[in-house]
Amino acid sequence: MKSYVLRRLWQAVLVLFGVSFVVFMILHLTGDPAALLLPPDATAEDVARFRTAMGFDDPWIVQYLRFLKGALQGNFGESLRHGEPAMHLVVERLPATFQLAGAGLLLALCLAIPAGIISAVKRNTVIDYFSTVVALLGQAMPTFWLGIMLILVFSVRLNWLPSSGRGDLQHLVLPAITLGLFTTARITRLTRSGMLEVLGQDYIRTARAKGVSEQPVVWKHALKNASIPIVTIIGIELGTLLGGSVITETIFAWPGVGRLSVQAIFNRDYPVVQAAVFILASTFVLLNFVVDLAYTWLDPRIRFR
Amino acid sequence: MAPPNGTTAVALPVLPTAEERYWLTTLKRLARRRTALFGLAVVVIVLLAATFAPWLTPFDPLEQDINQRLKEPGWQNAAGQMHPLGTDHLGRDILARVIFGSRIALVVGLSAVLISGVLGMMIGLVAGYFGGKVDDFFMRLADIQLAFPFILLAIAVIGVLGANLRNIIIVIGVSSWVIYARVVRGEVLSIRERDFVQAAIALGSRDGRILVRHVLPNAFTPWLVVATLDMARVIVIESALSFLGLGVQPPTPTWGGMLADGRVYLSTAWWLATFPGLAILVTVLGINLLGDGLRDTLDPRLNV
Repeated sequence: MKSYVLRRLWQAVLVLFGVSFVVFMILHLTGDPAALLLPPDATAEDVARFRTAMGFDDPWIVQYLRFLKGALQGNFGESLRHGEPAMHLVVERLPATFQLAGAGLLLALCLAIPAGIISAVKRNTVIDYFSTVVALLGQAMPTFWLGIMLILVFSVRLNWLPSSGRGDLQHLVLPAITLGLFTTARITRLTRSGMLEVLGQDYIRTARAKGVSEQPVVWKHALKNASIPIVTIIGIELGTLLGGSVITETIFAWPGVGRLSVQAIFNRDYPVVQAAVFILASTFVLLNFVVDLAYTWLDPRIRFR
Repeated sequence: MAPPNGTTAVALPVLPTAEERYWLTTLKRLARRRTALFGLAVVVIVLLAATFAPWLTPFDPLEQDINQRLKEPGWQNAAGQMHPLGTDHLGRDILARVIFGSRIALVVGLSAVLISGVLGMMIGLVAGYFGGKVDDFFMRLADIQLAFPFILLAIAVIGVLGANLRNIIIVIGVSSWVIYARVVRGEVLSIRERDFVQAAIALGSRDGRILVRHVLPNAFTPWLVVATLDMARVIVIESALSFLGLGVQPPTPTWGGMLADGRVYLSTAWWLATFPGLAILVTVLGINLLGDGLRDTLDPRLNV
């Protein structure tokens, strides 16, 4: 088990190095980072002076190592617009993004797992068809349209819920539904197919044959064995949720990292863009490492590899 | 005319080749699934709408008419022409813009899927066939690619490079290869051990020939399923980029761009944001159902 954990940890570190390189490259895509960072009306001399001062004339490997050193210390430079360290701006907004993504995931798990199980147990009944249709629609519905339609119905027409900003629990409802629906749909379908597969296994028949009642068979014997693919998809869906927060936060004016990065891209505030992309990607890598550790608990076979 | 060598010519019926038979059977089995058939119908309708867009509506999607601003669905103008889905804030016909918007969605969808599909297929073939260090390298590269929230990376890169059709296709295409590579690699790992590949190796075939002649045709089926399902994802990404203002620029009609316009008029004119969103929903649903059907017919064990 120790070697498994160490191997996964090493892979995570490698990936983080790759992530830092891609983030570094964002600024160097056009070949002239100085032109990107300075306002469009900067003179040629300004650009040249800035280029020397920032070390953009050094070989790219030197520049990358310098960037990496800064990144490891959490230093991505100052925001061009706010005059604060870019990292500070991002970290300040992380709790809002985590709250939203967490609410989305919680909603998805609370709805999807029971819905998937009931669908599988009551296969080919009205309940099953209903949940399948809802899941199919949920997977096909673009986040931004869902958000706008929810605002149209619940804020504009019914005036029940606020359409923007962060505050009490009411503010969280529409953004969490918007962000969580796709994940809900995906986990529902996966839980259903996973449960259907497990419920056909011999050990389930054995459990039933020896007189275990239906509830524990479904919720204990079957669910634990069906949960490995579900945990895998949760790891992947965390990425979907963090990415989806970019759109959802923009629609609902939710003061998180996603909205900050969209604004930074439009303001050409690249230090903030780099810090935000780096932090969100690193968060995803770390969370997936935790998910990998969760396997060793769910699937003891992994411990002996 | 007498055939040469004095043999008699016999008219043989043209029998379908094994490959033709395979696809024919597949098509028949696909047609038996009602949901897949529905998906196929939607996809065909969207393709036809994009192709014949100018003949489907009397309105020009770019033509503004300030006197006909924000008219509700079913509105008739003075000339007696009806706007079935109403008009937008510049008096443009929404139905015309929805129909023309399908062109951008499909062009980006098809081109980006082609780029990422070919790229992923090549990486998957090489990684799976050679294994070892090569495989490790590409799989770590895949992990790195997947670590980024896709939409965030896309808007950051397009923000730097500039939002136009070419950049959007390239950015989505180049960064979507992972799923193809993983699926093709998985297939190659099992195909590599099969007798016909081992026989080809024993006969001294070169690697390139084995990959192209023996491995690739067998990895094509799962690739096709993935490509179909991924097309839906790409169309959503394209709309999201347009919605954020980083897609194909106005006045060209895009579904995402129409939604962004409609958002401003949400309290007065609900139809602006509703119809382009429905167009995305139905198109994506259709492609997903077709993809699910293809998977269940061709390769039920495929896990995508």
